[in-house]
Amino acid sequence: MKKYNYFTATFLVLLLVFSSCGNQGKGNGSPSGALNSNNAEKVYVAPGEHDEFYAFMSGGYSGNLTVYGLPSGRMFKEIPVFSQFATSGYGYSEETKPMLNTSFGFVPWDDSHHPDISQTNGELDGRWIFINGNNTPRIARISLTTFETEEIIEVPNSAGNHSSSFITENTEYVVAGTRFSVPVPQRDMPIKEYKGNFKGALSFIGVDPEDGRMDLKFQILMPGFNYDLSHPGRGKSHGWFFFTTYNTEEANSLLEVNASQNDKDFIAAINWKKIEEYVNNGGGTKMPANYAHNVYSDETHTATSTMEKEVLTVDPTKVPGAVFFLPTPKSPHGCDVDPSGEYIIGNGKLSADLTVHSFDKMIAAIEGKKFDGEAYGIPILKFEDVLAGTVKSGGLGPLHTEFDGEGNAYTTFFISSEVVMWKLGTWEVIDRKPTYYSVGHLMIPGGNSRKPFGKYVVAMNKITKDRYLPTGPELEHSAQLYDISGDKMELIYDFPTHGEPHYAAGIPAELLAPKSQKIYKLAENKHPYATIGAADGKVVRDGKDVHVYMSTIRSHFTPDNIEGIKVGDKVYFHVTNQEQDFDVPHGFAVIGANTSELLIMPGQTKTIIWEPKRVGVWPFYCTDFCSALHQEMQGYARVSPADSNIELSWSLGE
Amino acid sequence: MKIGSKSVAVIFSLLLMACGGKEEKKKEGFSVDRAKTTTEKPVEATPAVSATPPSERIELDNKGVGPIKSIALDAEIDQAMAKKGEEIYGQMCLACHRVDKKFIGPAPSGVLERRSPEWIMNMILNPEVMVKEDPLAKELLGEFNGAPMANQGLTEEQARAVLEYFRTL
Repeated sequence: MKKYNYFTATFLVLLLVFSSCGNQGKGNGSPSGALNSNNAEKVYVAPGEHDEFYAFMSGGYSGNLTVYGLPSGRMFKEIPVFSQFATSGYGYSEETKPMLNTSFGFVPWDDSHHPDISQTNGELDGRWIFINGNNTPRIARISLTTFETEEIIEVPNSAGNHSSSFITENTEYVVAGTRFSVPVPQRDMPIKEYKGNFKGALSFIGVDPEDGRMDLKFQILMPGFNYDLSHPGRGKSHGWFFFTTYNTEEANSLLEVNASQNDKDFIAAINWKKIEEYVNNGGGTKMPANYAHNVYSDETHTATSTMEKEVLTVDPTKVPGAVFFLPTPKSPHGCDVDPSGEYIIGNGKLSADLTVHSFDKMIAAIEGKKFDGEAYGIPILKFEDVLAGTVKSGGLGPLHTEFDGEGNAYTTFFISSEVVMWKLGTWEVIDRKPTYYSVGHLMIPGGNSRKPFGKYVVAMNKITKDRYLPTGPELEHSAQLYDISGDKMELIYDFPTHGEPHYAAGIPAELLAPKSQKIYKLAENKHPYATIGAADGKVVRDGKDVHVYMSTIRSHFTPDNIEGIKVGDKVYFHVTNQEQDFDVPHGFAVIGANTSELLIMPGQTKTIIWEPKRVGVWPFYCTDFCSALHQEMQGYARVSPADSNIELSWSLGE
Repeated sequence: MKIGSKSVAVIFSLLLMACGGKEEKKKEGFSVDRAKTTTEKPVEATPAVSATPPSERIELDNKGVGPIKSIALDAEIDQAMAKKGEEIYGQMCLACHRVDKKFIGPAPSGVLERRSPEWIMNMILNPEVMVKEDPLAKELLGEFNGAPMANQGLTEEQARAVLEYFRTL
């Protein structure tokens, strides 16, 4: 009785404590506590419950792709794409090293920017997600059933592969444009002779509708501008692709000033269907090239890298009616097409206004041949003839636009740090909300397709500063979640994001979760060194190479005692996880290996190389807590002197 | 019924702290008597220890928990099915179950003298639930050091073939 009253009193007093402090929080203009608790409910996903959307955020300089849930902002997975990833052994294991092969050799890092989910009829179909590597131009395809990188193709004649990787509305092509123009083919020449001599390659990579395999079908060699961003036409503008350009000045130095001279740059409108027809009829020029095409197989659990030796190039002036320039003010950056396919939005990043072009007007101007001159043989349309309207935003530094499918567009402003909501057709600004701080891209699930899911917008900010507890000079980037289901935007949540997310792609969870793969079937494992049954565990010597066929199951290795290895040997541990149950990976690590661990999914085989340098008895163990007996999951490899005559032997439990 | 002076001090300090008041003196004059607030954990009843280890106990009436409710075995062993079962066993089970000796888990030799066919198949098909809900499976988990029976994702047909193979042992 006494205890009970003590607690009641304490509780009442605690209530008093909290309420007595009132509104002392510094807040960001959030009006009241009641509203905040309402926002908390909006982002709260109770323990055991699932999020409504997947969000795939590019990793920027991590080279990877991270998977988040919306609205909770919880991170589920980091998918290694262009970078070595010690957590799983991607890029370290013998099977995955070929994924990072390029014409420059092994490149274990890249700068990944723009993920895009495959579409059918302009709607998200959730089969694959594509992402670009900027620095060593590459495009990757990631399976949305295994959430693993399945294919990487290098893009020749490209540099700073930035206006990538955007897909056409039936995933006919994944498109990759060069940011930096370069000599094509590459050659030794004075930098000052850039103007008129460098080329900008826009690559159309075919995607096989069945298995997603990529194949570089043709490259359009455009004038030497910087091709910054792109998006496909959709609906009535399907068959066209739009690229923003800057540096139409063709400056080769101090671009900060010299590429900002022209009042207007261009959006390049490409009728790719016309060019496809041209190449299908034998058009284009085959050019020698050298680029890597890396494919991972779920059956052999192994990647192969092939060097491709030729690329089909197209001179745009040879295909009349296929390429036009739309003048667009002030170094446009984002290039976004609304769900109907009518409006093409060019965000002049040095401007306060947004320029919206009309697809119908563009077609009319082309048909009426209303040209305002030409650039390197490519017709320039008259600005006034293609302009649909201007959004007088009052913001500064517009970058990117997404759509909610209800007639509204949302544009980020980098310099004024805000998201501006405006109406398509009337161009009136409806709402504006600050972001914290310096927003780059934003994302609405399906927001660049025919069918957006306009419930949330995520702003991806470049500067974090005071949003979280400080962690030294380096901070994770910050994302902000806005509820856009009402008439106005409402900032409801902040969450940190890994790497340097640029763009993201979101999709309703119900389209992906049911088909997410749980295991790899052991019976379908075609790895040449797989250990399918425990009885197949063995050790085989081939000269100095020693192949260990090892299997794992909770919680032991077969075999776990190995003798007869000698200093100077190259030991391949081919580890097969015999589990066939969801979420039971095993790890493998051995002392002194000059590489990462392996993390092996059920039914999978992975290989690590170990070159023992010292005589001794060396342990190996499982790195992933697999059962109550995980600590017992260990073994020993005996290493004898190089001239020893101890025979190879192996055992378990003997 | 009365709140002690200590408690008043606690409350007062809390008020001060929460509102960002000076903290210099907050540690004076109180301590929390944790003994009062801890609730006693009931001692778990130790299961009665049987003299025979669970792996050797005979429980032919226990059908276990899972999809298999009733299996009728032909008098004759289906050799083709048993052969298929042996292959599946070699691939999926052998890592933990050696035919004739106790290994990570029990040996399958003579298992049909101790277990019902339904229990065996349910243990193969539904191990996660068996070790929680079937008292014998639960005890076996203890006898085998807590090494869990892995669900190897066999189909009913495959589990049935493995059972047929066990009849040959």
